[in-house]
Amino acid sequence: MTDEPLLEMRNVTQRFGGLCALSDASFAVRAGHAHGIIGPNGAGKTTAFNVITGIYAPTQGDIVFRGQSIAGQRPSHIARNGIGRTFQNIRLFRNLSVLDNVRIARDARSAYLWPSALLQLPSARRAEKENIRVCSELLTQFGLGDVMHEQAGGLPYGSQRRLEIVRAMALQPTLLLLDEPAAGMNSAETLKLVEFLRWVKDHFSVTMLLIEHHMQLVMSLCDRITVLDFGATIAEGTPEEVRSNSKVIDAYLGKETDHE
Amino acid sequence: MRFLQIPPPRGALVALVCFALSACFAIEKFNIVDDYVRFILITLGINIILCASLNLVNGWMGEFSVGHAGFMALGAYLSAIVSAKWLVGTNPQWMFPLAVVAGGLLAAVVGLLLGMLSFKTRGDYLAIVTLAFLMIVKSGIENISYVGGPRGFLGIGNETTLLWTAVWVFLTLWVIRNLVYSRYGRGIIAVREDEIAAGAMGVDTRKAKLTAFVVSSFFGGVAGALFAHQLQFINPGSFDIVKSTEILVMVYLGGIGSLGGSVLGATVFTILVQVLQPLGTWRMVILPLVLVLLMLFRPRGIMGLREFAWFVPRREFPKKEEEK
Repeated sequence: MTDEPLLEMRNVTQRFGGLCALSDASFAVRAGHAHGIIGPNGAGKTTAFNVITGIYAPTQGDIVFRGQSIAGQRPSHIARNGIGRTFQNIRLFRNLSVLDNVRIARDARSAYLWPSALLQLPSARRAEKENIRVCSELLTQFGLGDVMHEQAGGLPYGSQRRLEIVRAMALQPTLLLLDEPAAGMNSAETLKLVEFLRWVKDHFSVTMLLIEHHMQLVMSLCDRITVLDFGATIAEGTPEEVRSNSKVIDAYLGKETDHE
Repeated sequence: MRFLQIPPPRGALVALVCFALSACFAIEKFNIVDDYVRFILITLGINIILCASLNLVNGWMGEFSVGHAGFMALGAYLSAIVSAKWLVGTNPQWMFPLAVVAGGLLAAVVGLLLGMLSFKTRGDYLAIVTLAFLMIVKSGIENISYVGGPRGFLGIGNETTLLWTAVWVFLTLWVIRNLVYSRYGRGIIAVREDEIAAGAMGVDTRKAKLTAFVVSSFFGGVAGALFAHQLQFINPGSFDIVKSTEILVMVYLGGIGSLGGSVLGATVFTILVQVLQPLGTWRMVILPLVLVLLMLFRPRGIMGLREFAWFVPRREFPKKEEEK
């Protein structure tokens, strides 16, 4: 593994009017790692994701991905560059079929141009067929092959969460951002999710950056953890280091007096 | 309605189009129908083009444009200038298509500029921007004496035949079908469904919106050109907010995001207008009322977000039904 991190947040500050959602936050994600971001509500975790994926341009600071600055680039550009993501509140294309949801992400990898599209030239047809084949296979791999032609908005909650991950993976990302993948899941489901995410990480050799409140998941899955509080990085290290860090205990984890 | 969900047999679509075109040719050649029916059929064709093209912006993309009559006006006036002023006396066989394409291209270029301006603002403002555009076009033309100003443009040749109309209808439907089932079209649909997610999945949302807007404007201009050479007289008053409202009624009646719905909406509307003819000016009351009622009770229209199987490319159907 090289010393150069895959993604680096360099002193990023994000202000919304008077509110400072991120203040001088820095952390680095190494290739091949599963990297967790934890912290209390309003600590700026999701804002960090939105800055990385280009929804906001940072007020100050820089974001470096694969050695190049991506701060302030358009979301589509960053996505094509290799950063896929899911959302805290599921954001599927609800009225479209499961397959079409995945196809839209995969379209970033087909290259035919608009004259070809408007006139249905062979290059467009071939690319479309190939797209359908690849996306069907991907869905089957993720266990959603049977519901491929159903409407995405009609799927059960768990499948919708899973579909969001498949859709992000169709971009063939180097880095996958997961915003609270275990939200709304019980312990048994969370345990299964850990297995699933491990499989995704190894099988597609993708680096993961995830926001999660489920400590069990974070501690068992992540190689490194960054703790945010009031928009600033207050700790970074391995799960063991973070667990025993007094600042983190005060700000987020709390003393272990009663269970959970 | 079940049979409408079954994909057509191979070649049936081509056969249908060929049949329809030869039928149109025969009708022209042998005067099979009277002038009134012919006029209604051409109007129907123009309405289908208007409805399907506006649907691209209001249905597939999910924005709200009220400026379609403005693009129609641009197409109508430029094509009229080309055919009645610049290329007078040339063979209409190739002069007319040229005039129509010129009208469409002008509308497309203006659509591109308007799109670039308006998409800097948030989505809801498109209605206001297009309304302003419509007024600018109308009062602009009223002040150009070269095209007759408010009195209108006289002496346009009667070039819009049934056959030409049919050719443009099929071309419009084919191109829009190709677009919405391509990666560009899925980008447009993704913008409607969730613009933030679309961006995060690699859809260049600005480009997707401009594509929809430009293609929509082009066919709006084409429809205007056909309209001008059907009536042989156009004036700025023909392209006001009432005209735009009529197209909106067609779109929301037939169904948003649906080609079958566009054809259905245009057909029902065209018939409705003829049936309501005796009511005179009261039509102006009834048609907007239809729009209000539709928005309240069936905001997606009859075929909203659904499609007749004949408008869907074969590759979109599930594999197993093909049986090797």
